Amino acid sequence: MKKIFAVVLLVVLMASLFTGCSNSDQVVLNVYNWGDYIDEDIFQQFEEETGIKINYETYATNEEMYTKINKGGTQYDIAIPSEYMIEKMIKEDLLEPIDLTKIPNYANIDDQFKNLSFDPNNQYSVPYFWGTVGIIYNTNLIDGPIDSWDVLWDEQYARQFTMVDSQRDSIMVALKKLGYSMNTKNLDELEEAKQALIEQKPLVLAYVGDNVKDMLISEEASMAVVWSGEASAVIQEYDYFEYALPKEGSNMWFDNIVIPKGAKNIDAAHQFIDFLSRGDIGFLNADYVGYATCNIETMKLIDPALIGTTYAYPDKNLLENFEIFQDPGDFIVEYDRIWTELKAK
Amino acid sequence: MVNKFIRRFYTFLIFGFLYAPIAVLAVFSFNDSKSTAKWEGFTLDWYQSLFSNNYIMKSLYYTVLVALIASVVATIIGTFAAFGLFYMKSWKQKAILNVNSIPILNPDIVTGVSLMTLFVALNVNLGLLTMIIAHVTFCIPYVVLSVLPKLKQMPGEMLEAALDLGATPWYAFKKVIFPEIKPGIITGALIAFTLSIDDFVISFFTTGNGVSNLSIAIYSMARRGIKPEINALSTLMFLTVLVLMLILNKRTKIEEI
Amino acid sequence: MLKKLASGPYLFWIAMFIIVPILMILFFSMVTVESDGSYTFTVSNYVRAFDPIYVTVLLRSLKIAVQATLICLVLGYPMAMILAKMDPRYRTTAVMLFVVPMWMNFLLRTYAWMTILGKNGVLNGILSFFGLPQMTFLYSEGAVLLGMVYNFLPFMVLPIYTVLMKMDKSLIEAAEDLGGNKKTVFTKVVLPLSLPGILSGVSMVFMPAVSTFVISNLLYGGQYMLVGNLIEQQFLVVNDWHFGSAVAMILMLLILVSMAVMNKLGGSGVEEKGVNLW
Repeated sequence: MKKIFAVVLLVVLMASLFTGCSNSDQVVLNVYNWGDYIDEDIFQQFEEETGIKINYETYATNEEMYTKINKGGTQYDIAIPSEYMIEKMIKEDLLEPIDLTKIPNYANIDDQFKNLSFDPNNQYSVPYFWGTVGIIYNTNLIDGPIDSWDVLWDEQYARQFTMVDSQRDSIMVALKKLGYSMNTKNLDELEEAKQALIEQKPLVLAYVGDNVKDMLISEEASMAVVWSGEASAVIQEYDYFEYALPKEGSNMWFDNIVIPKGAKNIDAAHQFIDFLSRGDIGFLNADYVGYATCNIETMKLIDPALIGTTYAYPDKNLLENFEIFQDPGDFIVEYDRIWTELKAK
Repeated sequence: MVNKFIRRFYTFLIFGFLYAPIAVLAVFSFNDSKSTAKWEGFTLDWYQSLFSNNYIMKSLYYTVLVALIASVVATIIGTFAAFGLFYMKSWKQKAILNVNSIPILNPDIVTGVSLMTLFVALNVNLGLLTMIIAHVTFCIPYVVLSVLPKLKQMPGEMLEAALDLGATPWYAFKKVIFPEIKPGIITGALIAFTLSIDDFVISFFTTGNGVSNLSIAIYSMARRGIKPEINALSTLMFLTVLVLMLILNKRTKIEEI
Repeated sequence: MLKKLASGPYLFWIAMFIIVPILMILFFSMVTVESDGSYTFTVSNYVRAFDPIYVTVLLRSLKIAVQATLICLVLGYPMAMILAKMDPRYRTTAVMLFVVPMWMNFLLRTYAWMTILGKNGVLNGILSFFGLPQMTFLYSEGAVLLGMVYNFLPFMVLPIYTVLMKMDKSLIEAAEDLGGNKKTVFTKVVLPLSLPGILSGVSMVFMPAVSTFVISNLLYGGQYMLVGNLIEQQFLVVNDWHFGSAVAMILMLLILVSMAVMNKLGGSGVEEKGVNLW
């Protein structure tokens, strides 16, 4: 037994020596991003070009990221939240201002993604990707046409489709189906949406986040409410899937790069944002993650076949009824309550 | 005869139950498709991409490092704690054991969040150190609970007898107590290591700044569907553990002889 | 001297990392934050937790955790006995083999069941091979239960096995010599003596089962809320630590009470002073 412990201790000792070897003078940039939302090979290139090492960590939801940053104990130099979360973080003074003069490649960003309402002068954020929420379906198993949220209340498709395990997106689906704004602060409308979701619950196979693509490919589910990039990834591999943008409208979202308050390496963070905004780097990322770029230079490199597809770069007229999430402020408790009550049923 | 057959059959069933999912993961690690549902031919690609995946390799390193340190520290502290507790006044022992059982009874998520609250309040940066402290914290109670019953099953007054016969306390502990409670210590250490390597929730709350273990890595990666690299990793992990166990098993047997 | 010093580091550790954090959570559960950042004492977090919706969630969690624990006990006790009675030549190896699957990652083991239980999974493959209709195993309460049993079974078997191994075999022989049949020997001698192991096992299975949120999320697709999911949601999604803390404190209290009751029940049958674990 003593020998076993001795061996174990030795291993531990060696392991700690191994960690001790890393160069402490080097600038290390702490990047906090959505899981699998960047081509990690570019880290190497960034390090070669600037000598700055990337320390990478991921999160699964905006809320998870917010909790970690808000409660402290961490120092991230870069994060990539969605619009309503950026709005909230600006309100709560959780972001460092960005000096756009230090980001020459900001010029590459398409003007339509600049100065959006959640960050009017891009004082705090630089656009990364954008996308939509829609319905992906397996054309072998589902007879179209799918063009409305109503199909998710249709008995015909019972236990064949999944919803998103994200409160704002799922409530958005019900609100849009009912013809209301997804940013509503009207309690009656929300209550109606809740009833609709409760009515829908027996028909839903599952509320999923992480594994929806696997479920679609393995035909566990024939139809799903997804973010466009997930649809893009599935469709580019399996062409019998299609992605529909419901006519009632849906969520159009933007993920922007920010520098959280308390960041230690603000200069390096600017360098990294500039790096990400470069056309070629943007292309590597867009190609890897499947979402739609906000970068003009990257657009020039994108496979032209993607333009006009529902899942990557849809026609403007399809996005007519689409909205952008706003931070509901304290009203979020009502969304929380509805979501909790729905789940608890 | 029938009895023996039933026993064998039962053992076979339970082991089948335990190993079936692992077998499935192993088989799909050679699948020539990203899907974990359809068999589309044999490949070793996933093993190759596993070793070139920095994120997984780093998480693996942290997982093993934390599990080793945490289980060794927890086993040492826990064994001595059980020893001290055993000789404590009954009411005192009871009170402390109640505290001891808190991390076991408490939902992981509360342990995790409460520790995080503490670290944040103390202004400690979340990372490797905080994760190790958290792991030691939830491992110790299991070691104590594994070792203490052994002490209690020990014939009474053995330590006193040894001391009366002139043994130093340390010598008595080593030669008299330790052999008696060894199985408990091994069980405790095994449980500690297993819990540590398996932990997701507590690590999730008590780490940060780029330090993540395998569970967290899997959780984050799973956002885009499970990666076959992870299947490959679990297959390798399983084989390593199996071989390691068999070697240790042989070793202990020889030592015993 | 050694006796006293031995538990010193441990006492410091549990005070610092168990008691203090719990007190902090307790504090959180009893206050709300005012807009100026100051704390006000309140019971509103607890009042909210007794809303029928949340009581349902709690009861549901308790029910499935009890079921999982019972199944583990029923499956695990015979396994522990078989292991303990096994020829010593194979026993160590068998115990090792029993531990090995636990060393696999918890999330992976749960994911693996998704591949097995899935629509096109191994199980349905077997069914269709025999010409049977395909079934939906996944996304059901049964799947969650299975996931719990699979993940926690070893935690039941190991403590029972440890106690059985250390049991004085001569007691069993004596009972047999005195004319006890197998059943009597088991119920009157073996079972009572192994009670400490059972109690450890039960607590080691019940707790993770009642608090899990990963298993229910993965195997029932997120529309099945257990108390673990509720707490997770409050802390991660909703960011209402005060309500989350209140739910956690209630759960904690409930568990402690049920453990105390179990201890009373278990303790009465055992005369030996040292057997009582709690």
